[in-house]
Amino acid sequence: MLALDRVGKTYPNGVHALERFSARIKPGEIVAIIGGSGCGKSTLLRAIAGLDRASTGTVTLDDAAITAPHAKIGIIFQEPRLLPWLSVADNIGFGLSDLPADIRREKVDRALTRVGLADKAKAWPRELSGGQAQRVAIARALVPQPEVLLLDEPFSALDAFTRRDLQDHLLDLWKDTRPTLILVTHDVDEAVVLADRVLVMRPRPGRLFEVINVNLARPRDRASPLFENFKRHVLTALDRSLDRNIPDADPKSMAGEAMWW
Amino acid sequence: MLHSSARRVLAMTMSAELHVTRERADAIAAPPASARLRRYARPALGLLLPLGLALFWELWVWLGYSNGRLVPPPTKIFATVMELAKSGELTRHITATVSRVAAGFGLGVVAGTVLGAISGYWGLARQLLDPTVQALRAIPSIAWVPLFILWLGIFETSKIALIAVGVFFPVYLGVMGAILAVDRKIVEVGRIFRLSGPAMIRRILLPAVLPAYVVALRVGLGLGWMFVVAAEFMGASEGLGYLLIDGQQLGKPAQIVAAIVIFAILGKTTDWLIEVATAPLLRWQDAFGRQSGAA
Repeated sequence: MLALDRVGKTYPNGVHALERFSARIKPGEIVAIIGGSGCGKSTLLRAIAGLDRASTGTVTLDDAAITAPHAKIGIIFQEPRLLPWLSVADNIGFGLSDLPADIRREKVDRALTRVGLADKAKAWPRELSGGQAQRVAIARALVPQPEVLLLDEPFSALDAFTRRDLQDHLLDLWKDTRPTLILVTHDVDEAVVLADRVLVMRPRPGRLFEVINVNLARPRDRASPLFENFKRHVLTALDRSLDRNIPDADPKSMAGEAMWW
Repeated sequence: MLHSSARRVLAMTMSAELHVTRERADAIAAPPASARLRRYARPALGLLLPLGLALFWELWVWLGYSNGRLVPPPTKIFATVMELAKSGELTRHITATVSRVAAGFGLGVVAGTVLGAISGYWGLARQLLDPTVQALRAIPSIAWVPLFILWLGIFETSKIALIAVGVFFPVYLGVMGAILAVDRKIVEVGRIFRLSGPAMIRRILLPAVLPAYVVALRVGLGLGWMFVVAAEFMGASEGLGYLLIDGQQLGKPAQIVAAIVIFAILGKTTDWLIEVATAPLLRWQDAFGRQSGAA
């Protein structure tokens, strides 16, 4: 259980990026966080990852407070961030250096096959396409078997076709160990195709605006009327979140709603 | 009629295609020969100009258009080198110069690497140290010569110190700049996998800094060769710099040019050694030169 309790962040330069964000996310759940720019999505994700400490509130994973990067929490960034001096295989095994070499090799081999890049094991990152590099980044994050995987706009730099392909691939990989996925995105289609729950945030300061449960069986048909319906629902919430005339919901009931699943 | 001509055209196209395919297959089989040619022909192209000039000058003097007294022809330079080599003088001079460069380069690299790493890694140390180093860097290094001679004497120590000073600055700047330029996003990957301080240095910082470090070493070595000449000008009894001064004072231009040629060969060789020794560590680099096959 990942619990966010009134997480807030004010940067040293005075920017109030995030205010009193609360949510409880159960193991294996897929949550999409969506919102306009400056709504604190990435700030929130970095606080969960332990890369930046929250100014107020707490992040806890199974009752352990997260203040620094944690072994059970992995992250995939917008860019693959592969280490250019390591081969594809060594990049995937980067987080496994504590394991004996033979076990590490076996896990890396399996991951390489799983993301369809077995023939690229010895290639350098520069020799990969954008989509392939992001696959390697996904494999690198999943190989240590995190309980929570954070994704910070992971497919936004890719073309539409590759993006769809990787979204489906991510869901497929997720089925192996069913980690909790928390996905920051600005792509409504991506949020609805992947998430069990979409958290819509509103900017300045970033805060939770609306929670939408996507009760659709997987695999989801992007062309189905129900899918379109959920997309419209999220889009409407996004539009409303940017309208200054609409007040925030009562914080107490919001917290309650966010906790509901 | 029309029908048959169309068919002929079709047949021609097909045979042309077949031809192209066969050609392509040949091209795939052929590369070794043409690649080998390219590999050896390109450096040879660079030799064309100096060899041509040398040959021209040799002929010019041989034909009697010049006496070649101030600019000796290649054969005379070669004879001088052989003469020096036969008497064992050449080995002695080369050994003296190379050992000075080696000692000075070693000291300069160690000091530059350590201080550069400290300045790059700790902000406080950089604020304390860097302004002073930058101020010292602004001093033309030759200006130290009189002081070094007073402090360290006229013999080896002052010479090595001067070379070390020359090597220090590019290495210091290279290391510090490279550490400061390490991508924060890559460092974050290390943080996510919870690398300890030493592991972060070993697995992220060192490999990230290496390409710039190799460049700094090569620049430093170049300066080392430059400063050994200056050092040997200030009263040496052996070394290639001594050969230069000796050649000037006794009016032996062939000896001067011989020493210059040997400097060029040594400088290029040592630079090449660094390049070859570090190449396996830098194979991952996405270098422009490598892609276009210039390497």
